[in-house]
Amino acid sequence: MQEARYRLEVFYKITDPRGNVIKNKLHDLGYPVEKVYLSDNYLIDADISENDIVQVARLLVQPVIQNYTINKCYTPENFTCAMEIGFLPGVTDNVSHTVRESIEDLLKRDLDQERSVFSSTTYFLQGPLNTPTIEAIAKELHNPLIQRVQILAEDAYSKKGGMGRALPLVTISENPDADRVNLDVSDEELMKIAREGISDRDGTRRGPLALDLLSMKVIKNYFHGREKRDPTDVEMESIAQTWSEHCKHTIFAAEIDDISDGIYKRYIKEATMRIRREKGERDFCVSVFEDNSGGIDFDENFIISDKVETHNSPSALDPFGGAITGIVGVNRDAIGFGMAARPVANRYGFCFADPRDTTPLYRGRDESTRLLSPRRILEGVVHGVNVGGNTSGIPTPQGFVFFDERYKGKPLVFVGTVGLSPKKVRGRVSVGKKAMPGDCIIMVGGRVGRDGIHGATFSSEALSSGSPATAVQIGDPITQKKLSDAIVREARDLGLYNSITDNGAGGLSCSVAEMAREAGGFEVELERVPLKYPGLSPWQIWVSESQERMTLSVPENKCEEFLSLMRKRGVEATVIGHFNASTRGIVRMNGKVIFDLDMDFLHNGLPRKKIETSYTRPRNPQPVFDVPADMRSLFLEMLSRLNTASFEFISFQYDHEVQGNSVIKPVQGRGKINGNASVIRPLLDSTRGVVLSQGLYPSYSDIDTYWMAACSIDTAVRNAVAAGATLDHLAILDNFCWCDSNNPERLGELKRAAQACYDISVAYGTPFISGKDSMFNDFKGYDEHFNEIMISIPPTLLISSIGVIESIERTQTIDFKNDGDLVYVLGMTADETGGSEYLACIGERSTGRKYIGGTVPEVRPGEFMKTYRAVEHALSEGILASSISVERGGLAIALAKSAMAGMKGARIDLAPVPASARLRDDTVLFSESQGRVLVSVSPGHRERFEALCAGVLFACIGSVTADERFCVSGMNQSTLIETEISSMLAEHKKTFANY
Amino acid sequence: MKPRALVLTGYGINCDEETRFALDFAGADASIIHVNDLIENKNLLKQCHLFIFPGGFSYGDDTGSGKALANRIKNNLMDDFLSYINRDTLMLGICNGFQVMVNIGLVPGIDGYGGDAQVALEYNKTFRYQCRWVDLIVNKESPSVFTRGIDYLHIPVAHGEGNFYAPSGVLEEIEKKSLVTMRYAGPDRKPARGEFPGNPNGSVNDIASICDPTGRIMGMMPHPERGMFFTQRDDWTLLREQYNREGKPLPAESDGMKIFRNAVSYFAR
Repeated sequence: MQEARYRLEVFYKITDPRGNVIKNKLHDLGYPVEKVYLSDNYLIDADISENDIVQVARLLVQPVIQNYTINKCYTPENFTCAMEIGFLPGVTDNVSHTVRESIEDLLKRDLDQERSVFSSTTYFLQGPLNTPTIEAIAKELHNPLIQRVQILAEDAYSKKGGMGRALPLVTISENPDADRVNLDVSDEELMKIAREGISDRDGTRRGPLALDLLSMKVIKNYFHGREKRDPTDVEMESIAQTWSEHCKHTIFAAEIDDISDGIYKRYIKEATMRIRREKGERDFCVSVFEDNSGGIDFDENFIISDKVETHNSPSALDPFGGAITGIVGVNRDAIGFGMAARPVANRYGFCFADPRDTTPLYRGRDESTRLLSPRRILEGVVHGVNVGGNTSGIPTPQGFVFFDERYKGKPLVFVGTVGLSPKKVRGRVSVGKKAMPGDCIIMVGGRVGRDGIHGATFSSEALSSGSPATAVQIGDPITQKKLSDAIVREARDLGLYNSITDNGAGGLSCSVAEMAREAGGFEVELERVPLKYPGLSPWQIWVSESQERMTLSVPENKCEEFLSLMRKRGVEATVIGHFNASTRGIVRMNGKVIFDLDMDFLHNGLPRKKIETSYTRPRNPQPVFDVPADMRSLFLEMLSRLNTASFEFISFQYDHEVQGNSVIKPVQGRGKINGNASVIRPLLDSTRGVVLSQGLYPSYSDIDTYWMAACSIDTAVRNAVAAGATLDHLAILDNFCWCDSNNPERLGELKRAAQACYDISVAYGTPFISGKDSMFNDFKGYDEHFNEIMISIPPTLLISSIGVIESIERTQTIDFKNDGDLVYVLGMTADETGGSEYLACIGERSTGRKYIGGTVPEVRPGEFMKTYRAVEHALSEGILASSISVERGGLAIALAKSAMAGMKGARIDLAPVPASARLRDDTVLFSESQGRVLVSVSPGHRERFEALCAGVLFACIGSVTADERFCVSGMNQSTLIETEISSMLAEHKKTFANY
Repeated sequence: MKPRALVLTGYGINCDEETRFALDFAGADASIIHVNDLIENKNLLKQCHLFIFPGGFSYGDDTGSGKALANRIKNNLMDDFLSYINRDTLMLGICNGFQVMVNIGLVPGIDGYGGDAQVALEYNKTFRYQCRWVDLIVNKESPSVFTRGIDYLHIPVAHGEGNFYAPSGVLEEIEKKSLVTMRYAGPDRKPARGEFPGNPNGSVNDIASICDPTGRIMGMMPHPERGMFFTQRDDWTLLREQYNREGKPLPAESDGMKIFRNAVSYFAR
């Protein structure tokens, strides 16, 4: 084991605030920890003199509060055990990179990039802790997939003189050549290769290529027939990447039943094309479904882009790493849009299981394969987006959380980025980027390791200590921030490149091949690619998904200028090859050709699937129960459910003010209540704004995926309109997260959802501009008794909306603002409690399980549009004092939110509420009928407002009151709910108070 | 005279664009400068009147917020900054910029500039990044140029490490010399007395901002550039409603601009 020359330990002279927080957290989890001390440690292995190392140490401490030791361990007063946690070899260690740069800057000489500095943290725990307890605590404090832990009892720590100086170096000796893959084998063997992967020389398999037999045969015929040889492993791996469900969306592209052109072309793309035709002159789409993001007009000079991704599997494994690489990764979809857009806002959306659920699940048959608890996943994911978004200086105003027990095996992590790009860059249309023959292929940003190789597959054997974690990645937002600034603020406007794209799924193999379509072909010299550590096989370098990298196409005559600019900005940039006009892609390693493919085959050789679906509408009886007697307590309970409670703990830790573009915030009013839309002002010298929202109703999928999708779109549209958007300039994005997608029934549900997407988006004239799907969100593993189980998520469709408005001054928040203002509800309430939060609540109350019900909300765009137009007009005339879209939880929750946000009382009468029939009080309160908006209006504007509502179903149902009492009377005038705003706030905010 | 302002950028600084906008909006001639370009061309400091360390996450807060960028400055630009300060110039650090200035030893600057840090901006008591609007009362006794004529400010904070700490001796000095420029308060404009969320990070004596004895150098955790426009306020839709009903016109600007206008008017002599 190699040892570092120096070990520096930095510790607090005063109480370390982190210590208390960790102590309290462990206490909450039931561990008898009395005190926690920490030290931040740095292993430094470089030729540095005894004198210089003291200067180095001074770089690392805050002298007012910290002190340090050099090659002498820090030992707190009294502690029971010490626990050192650092990264596994090869896992990105951002702190060590910063420390290395500071040392280089101090000593004015370079150190080895990857093996000179390593960081770690030691936790000194004090308390009555036995070995099993200590091991349990270690599990709470580290993630074995990416981190290493060393535990020493107090005496051992003292005897050994601390944790030691062993260097966590990567020790892998992969073979440096490409292997031939023999395809002259039986179908069984072909499938074995597809399922388990190409076998290495030692016989072990590399992990699935995820190709079906048909594809394997097409590949075999191509090589034996056209190339007259077997493929190399590099070629097989890149074909698998390029043809994967992830990159090619094979299910959405497949011929499905009688629909020969497939779901995507028929329902999604065709909807957009039809809407654009119908809008004619007023079409605002600029670039849809072609680039890394979708783009629409912002004004005459700028384009606004949007893209929403999912990062589900990585987040299940490593919540923090999965979420941070997700958000930082989708930022690159903005930077890679057109000639590069500047990220101006982030979106998030999390679907979790109940964080209070502590029953374990296992990936395998033994304790060591235990899944992280829902609470660990929630905390890790929330923190990952926090660090990724905040550190990058991109505001994160808009998002949501949704809970259902079926997300326990696989959480859903949605991340999105809105970008702003000029329409023209140096006279050239920015969305018309084109890599030209002769251009240099330049990789910029991070270095390449084994990160994210076969990222989709949980190959735990690849995670044994000594070998780097490959399935998961750690984000490095600062490396990307430097890259982003250098590209978006400088290189782009200097016209230093012809094309740019992200290195995401498939790494170089996909980004280079994608750009080569613009030029023709390419040649790459793989040995030029900078690596994090030696020993990678060529195929690994080619498909690695190491983060924070982009690929650019730079003209030969601009190359020097580009490279020196990147050097000045501390961004690593390397010429790895050239694009050419040929029709082939060629990769060499030290001069030897290891990849030589026909580009047309690579891109279009994938045989199209044909899939059959079936559909049987689930039959869920409408549960029979009496109107709850104590409506007040039920109402308060409804305010505090996971899916209706305040999630301000997320909103306040996500910077939504940076860039100075915030207009309508994630929390609104004096009561600080989560709204359902946000507004930003991306250009500070313009008053134009961008409205962001979304809709999502997985619970409706249990009844009918058609109406689930329809309601998601209606809600995404309605939320935006209620905040100030206009239907004339509103676009949407789709993210299908499905399950068990080889099952004809699931595919039948998918088809119905897609049909609704077409119908509703066309009816509203809101085009789809970008989308992404994730089709296999199932967990196959073992329950707490190690019995096999499969948990499939409910079919989930996230519809995100993005609207452009001429003036941010017309936007509005949800809070009641003035005593005496009139409260109106627009739209019709029907008996549509199926899949509602209310039935779920009643079911859990009486049977311990959610009721589903049968009467799912339906969408009538023609009727609803009248309502939305009325709201638009009223907002543009400035006669609404508050405005909120009626969403999950129905009218009761919308009323409560406006009252709590304004910290104003309200006196509400349900009798006048426009209804489809005579309804029960609880139905009027909690039915989730779509198309409804709740507003307040000053008495002075009453006439004008009611005139604007001509032709719309609406009613005045009460008024805002001076007292802080919230009173609702039922159909028969009896008082249903009477409570204080303060008690409502307490209930609404208690659920996540300790998060 | 239109003061020339330099706004630093690079290595994760991320509030430079809006800060430059606020300065120009206030009448300065502001430009953004990358730290590496400044090191290459140190003379730029000689023509500069107003230097800003903006907010952000320089070096990702690795080894402590502001630490690594402070090291970069100390290793390459220290003398230049010292001679810059000795001219009749202004310097403002916002959030991460404040943390950087503390680590370079520019504020509170009790015994000269450029030595070791004398105070610290610690992890928030909540150990959580806090992005929220705060109420600030200005210490009228402080010599700060930036807060002249201001009693009160409503602008946001956004940080994970803003918990002001100073050893008792230093704290006494700071208070005695009235170097505290702003304190966290409640909406009632009374000191928050350490109470969250009024005091969002647990700072001793509710300290949100301090300056040097000359009042020309100030560091503040809150973000004035995030309170430039009326429509940036967290309560602007409520105020709009009130102004409209009282028949008053809507203001265009918000509290944060006062800081930048003070800086600019300092040179209008």
